[in-house]
Amino acid sequence: MIPTLWVIATLTFFMMRLAPGGPFLSEREIPPAALEQLKKSYGLDRPLHEQYFTFLGNAVRFDFGPSYKFPARQVREIILEAFPVSLELGFWALLLAIVIGVPIGVFAAVKQNSGGDYAAMAAALAGVSIPNFVLGPALVLTFSLSLFLLPPALWQGASSRVLPVLTLSTAYVAYIARLTRGGMLEVLRQDYIRTAYAKGLPEKDVVYKHGLKLGILPVVSYLGPAAARIITGSIVVESIFAVPGLGRHLVNAAFNRDYTLVLGVVLFYAFFLMVLNLIVDVAYTRLDPRVELA
Amino acid sequence: MSAGAAVIRDQPPGPVTSGEITSTPPTSLWSDAWKRMRRNRLAVASGVFLVGVGIIAFMAPWIPGLSDPTAQSLSLGASPPSASHWFGTDELGRDTFARVIYGGRISLLVGFIGTFVSLVIGVGYGAIAGYRGGKTDEIMMRVVDVLYSLPYIFLVILLLVFFSRSILMLFVALGLVQWLTMARIVRGQVLSLKNQNFVEAARALGAGDSQIIFRHIVPNTLGPVIVYTTLTVPAIILQEAFLSFLGLGVQPPDASWGTLVSEGARLLALFPWLVIFPGIALSLTLFCFNFLGDGLRDALDPQDRREVT
Repeated sequence: MIPTLWVIATLTFFMMRLAPGGPFLSEREIPPAALEQLKKSYGLDRPLHEQYFTFLGNAVRFDFGPSYKFPARQVREIILEAFPVSLELGFWALLLAIVIGVPIGVFAAVKQNSGGDYAAMAAALAGVSIPNFVLGPALVLTFSLSLFLLPPALWQGASSRVLPVLTLSTAYVAYIARLTRGGMLEVLRQDYIRTAYAKGLPEKDVVYKHGLKLGILPVVSYLGPAAARIITGSIVVESIFAVPGLGRHLVNAAFNRDYTLVLGVVLFYAFFLMVLNLIVDVAYTRLDPRVELA
Repeated sequence: MSAGAAVIRDQPPGPVTSGEITSTPPTSLWSDAWKRMRRNRLAVASGVFLVGVGIIAFMAPWIPGLSDPTAQSLSLGASPPSASHWFGTDELGRDTFARVIYGGRISLLVGFIGTFVSLVIGVGYGAIAGYRGGKTDEIMMRVVDVLYSLPYIFLVILLLVFFSRSILMLFVALGLVQWLTMARIVRGQVLSLKNQNFVEAARALGAGDSQIIFRHIVPNTLGPVIVYTTLTVPAIILQEAFLSFLGLGVQPPDASWGTLVSEGARLLALFPWLVIFPGIALSLTLFCFNFLGDGLRDALDPQDRREVT
């Protein structure tokens, strides 16, 4: 975990320093003396390796200095302000994906090779295939511009959250349904399931109490990558719906060449993802006793 | 020498015979797979559709009557779909139908070239790691693990923002991040193949390492590789569209489906057809690729196969 973070930090740091064009490039000509002063105040006049170590030391303390574009604001402040918004968006999307996706997958597995199974899986494949930046505008067109039911953008009040969350979660509903179906199909063939049937348990109990416990494992191990993809997806969704989250800051900062902000956001996301993956791993071993035995 | 080895190579590969295949009469893996594939009508239909899309996109400049996608007509401006402009026109009077077809050209091109890059790197890397084994394998796979855990989409964004937004950079960036899974798949296959008798036989006949890897082992990993390749194409098309949507991918005057959706989304309230048609084209193509990939997996991967009735 620490080495990976270090690799990311080093890569991003040198990539930005190597990139053509500085952060203070603007349409207006800046006097050379002022430019010197700017560089000095940001420590850009010192040798590269010194900058690098200062950067690493500060990064450990989650201090990335002030934003280049908005010098009055600290990068840390911006991240702490925007992250809860992204977190909320991602949380609802993932929750919706599990609450809808798992039952669909279980249904498809129990009724394997029936019409319902095929329909559910074709729908799931369609859900996986529609990119969120196509789905988003389509939903806005339907629910905001034609039916006038929901606000088309912004992040104010409960009704404004519906479309962004829906846009973000659709692909995961579909994917989780597929994973659940695959996991359940494997589990339902096992002996202990037959035993459960044999001792006369109703199908509902066998499937949900005994089967789902192991059948859900592929979904659990997918949660780590899912979180990463939801972060990527939320960059788009935040852009479509003008949600003031971290993803939108990242895109804007990248276009503005706001080095400190980009570095801060990327490292923050990397750290967040790794902690999340760790939690998923622990949860996985708790859920599947066979993993500990192996 | 190689002729003898070639005959031996034609044996069905060992690890994929999960006991089910050996019990069937001696049909080859491929004819068996083809039989299963044909039964999956939706997958076949997807394949036919994709070939059609590919031909139209490739032949675009020579299709008679198709207007120039860059020809503007400011007097016409944005017009809804009509008999002369099936998909309508954009605010500069450009024909959306022509733009969608030419957009598909770029999207598919990025998808295929990106996949090819990832295929070459992934297969080569995985095969060498698996064949060498031991310390080499450990180090090579450790590198893959580290790269896996990078939130690479950020790196791609940074790469495109800070260096150049050229289409070449796009190929490199997308290809570079997509080879990891391929490398893992191929390595796993190679690990289980390299101790098989036919490899032993090839070695006994004096074949060198590279010959064994690329002539004898890699062809036997084709099943999973084909399946995964089919699923990589839509993944790369989707990523290109994602980057183009953010304004980081294909740059004007070129336009991919992602660019078109992005432009259309900005004018959604006024001219909805500008987002609807490229959106449908993109989604339908991705859908067919995924369906085809699923069908191929069912047909080629005995582990995951439904019972053949």
